[in-house]
Amino acid sequence: MIVFDGVTKTYPDGTVAVDDLSLEAPSGKITVLVGPSGCGKTTSLRMVNRMIKPTSGTISLDGRDTSRMKEAELRRGIGYVIQHAGLFPHRTVLDNVSTVPRLLGVNRRDSEKRSMELLERVGLDPAFAKRYPAQLSGGQQQRVGVARALAADPPVMLMDEPFSAVDPVVREQLQDEFLRLQGELGKTIIFVTHDIDEAIKLGDQVAVLRVGGKLAQVAEPAYLLSHPVDDFIADFVGRDRGYRALSFQPTPRLPLAQERTVAMGEDVARLDTDWVLVVDERNHPLGWVEPRRVHGEVTSEVLHRGGTVARASGPLRAALDAALSSPSRRGVIVDDAGALVGTVRAHEVLTAIEDTDRPELEDPDHPGAASPAASGTSAPTSAASASSAAGTVSDASA
Amino acid sequence: MIPGIIDWLTDPANWSGPDGVPAHLFEHIWYCALALLVAAAVAIPVGLAIGHTGRGRFLAVNLAGAARAIPSLGLLFVLVLWLFPKLTGDSAFLVPTLIVLVVLAIPPIMAGAYAGVEGVDPAARDAALGMGMTGGQVLRKVEVPCALPLIFSGLRSATLQVVGTATIAAVVGTGGLGRFLIDGQKVQDFPQMASGALLVALLALGLDLLLALVQRGVVSPGLTGRTVRRGNTPVDVEIDPAGRTVDAPAR
Ligand SMILES: Nc1ncnc2c1ncn2[C@@H]1O[C@H](COP(=O)(O)OP(=O)(O)OP(=O)(O)O)[C@@H](O)[C@H]1O
Ligand SMILES: [Mg+2]
Repeated sequence: MIVFDGVTKTYPDGTVAVDDLSLEAPSGKITVLVGPSGCGKTTSLRMVNRMIKPTSGTISLDGRDTSRMKEAELRRGIGYVIQHAGLFPHRTVLDNVSTVPRLLGVNRRDSEKRSMELLERVGLDPAFAKRYPAQLSGGQQQRVGVARALAADPPVMLMDEPFSAVDPVVREQLQDEFLRLQGELGKTIIFVTHDIDEAIKLGDQVAVLRVGGKLAQVAEPAYLLSHPVDDFIADFVGRDRGYRALSFQPTPRLPLAQERTVAMGEDVARLDTDWVLVVDERNHPLGWVEPRRVHGEVTSEVLHRGGTVARASGPLRAALDAALSSPSRRGVIVDDAGALVGTVRAHEVLTAIEDTDRPELEDPDHPGAASPAASGTSAPTSAASASSAAGTVSDASA
Repeated sequence: MIPGIIDWLTDPANWSGPDGVPAHLFEHIWYCALALLVAAAVAIPVGLAIGHTGRGRFLAVNLAGAARAIPSLGLLFVLVLWLFPKLTGDSAFLVPTLIVLVVLAIPPIMAGAYAGVEGVDPAARDAALGMGMTGGQVLRKVEVPCALPLIFSGLRSATLQVVGTATIAAVVGTGGLGRFLIDGQKVQDFPQMASGALLVALLALGLDLLLALVQRGVVSPGLTGRTVRRGNTPVDVEIDPAGRTVDAPAR
């Protein structure tokens, strides 16, 4: 656990970058620091490994005051991913990742073996190992940066906008990989971003800072979306927050309709329905076809793959999105293995939404105010399941 | 003229004895190598320290600028007059010559070293510190390897200047390829003078080629154009032949 206790940083020129910050980053969880540019996120992060010294206040790591620890030792126990990766240009990818284990005295063979494993873990082809940073794309460099910070298996990770330099599609991939990794590794992570969507998706706990370095609100993502404490937070979490909050609401039992399905290669010309769902031999949905536009057999070219599929156990947002994105207006619902269980219409999802309570969590100011019915939404894995629940029809069959 | 040079260079008499090409070539290389070694031993550590700490830069830049403004020949005469009574034998001429060459070589080598360290991607330095490297480790494992391309360009420009300027050693009576220039001039032997100048130029080119080969072997391929296919070169400072550092326009 990392504890900030009344931490203030005033730069020599008088700028107060962080003002009396008190915050706990619990062990094994992801704490996201988010806020507008210049609000002191990087400064807060870098005070943890003492790259910046606090002006006053203390930061402790598992109960030990960091100012009493040897700097180099403290830092070797903390994985630090800096913005834009900061790879060593003169070293190969493999040598970059092996740096900290080598510093700690691990022999070359063992550290390289571990680095190769890590490269695979962050989704990089082993063929990249012998390349130099300048030969990688921005997203690949950031993965190497994450692998390098993980190499010595530190219990604590500090990550400063690690996914900022990539396009939204790659960013989404990196975030998903990151959550999957964290599911396996369970590290204590402080993650800095200025992107509220990223914060909501990744954080077990989100701390919003405002300019001047003041902590505005700390809460679990669902609570932050439903209970912003003031106009600044409400503005910052954005306009779609009602829709986004559905990411944290588990889908209740929906009235599912049985869907007529066909297999690839089947002749659908004589069917009289408007849209029909195509599934593979394991009953995994592949896509929709319109019988009156298909002459003869269903082939992969005539398949409409636009609709998303939602897991029955996933969040409401995925179910609603499945219904909204389906060309037949019938949202495809699958079980955890990806097999079809039925379809649902948007108005049925909306009815289900109206029937559920707004997510009500333990209010830190008024303990006991939370309604027991919705307390399940505070599960730390809610963000993770939300991100992986929605995939396109073709993804689910892959 | 050109046939004269060819005749001179192909005359076996000019290739033997204490006044032959091999002897003077060897002396020339010897002076240059010694001067460059001493200069590098002083300038590289100082340059690295300035680049690493960011301190003393102002002083170093100005001292180096002043050193560049000193006319080599003038300094040579002053040193000979001053040191002659204190030294004996060959060293009475050799030491002043070496000092002149060292003074000449220090500024470009030092500029290369500090510009190289200064130009290291701040993010790489930050990452090195953040992962728990000590200051010395950051210097050895990150800053020096990344600074090597500029350290080499400093060394190479110093080498070119020193090889050329070492000809003035002959003015005060020591050896080296300058002998052909000075001696040739005394007797109006233009082929000999031209051959001497040609040999100096060839030596400079040869040494530069040698250093280029060493550089190729020592500098990480990650820093050179051979593997870098994106525009983000790690250092953005170049040293021009006169040894001044100029900021590359990119960035
Ligand atoms: N070395 C410094 N000296 C003086 N002021 C500084 C220094 N570093 C940062 N600041 C100021 O402190 C404030 C917080 O900076 P910080 O880098 O922590 O912001 P940030 O939240 O990370 O912003 P961004 O999202 O743009 O990265 C800013 O106003 C910045 O100008
Ligand atoms: Mg920042």
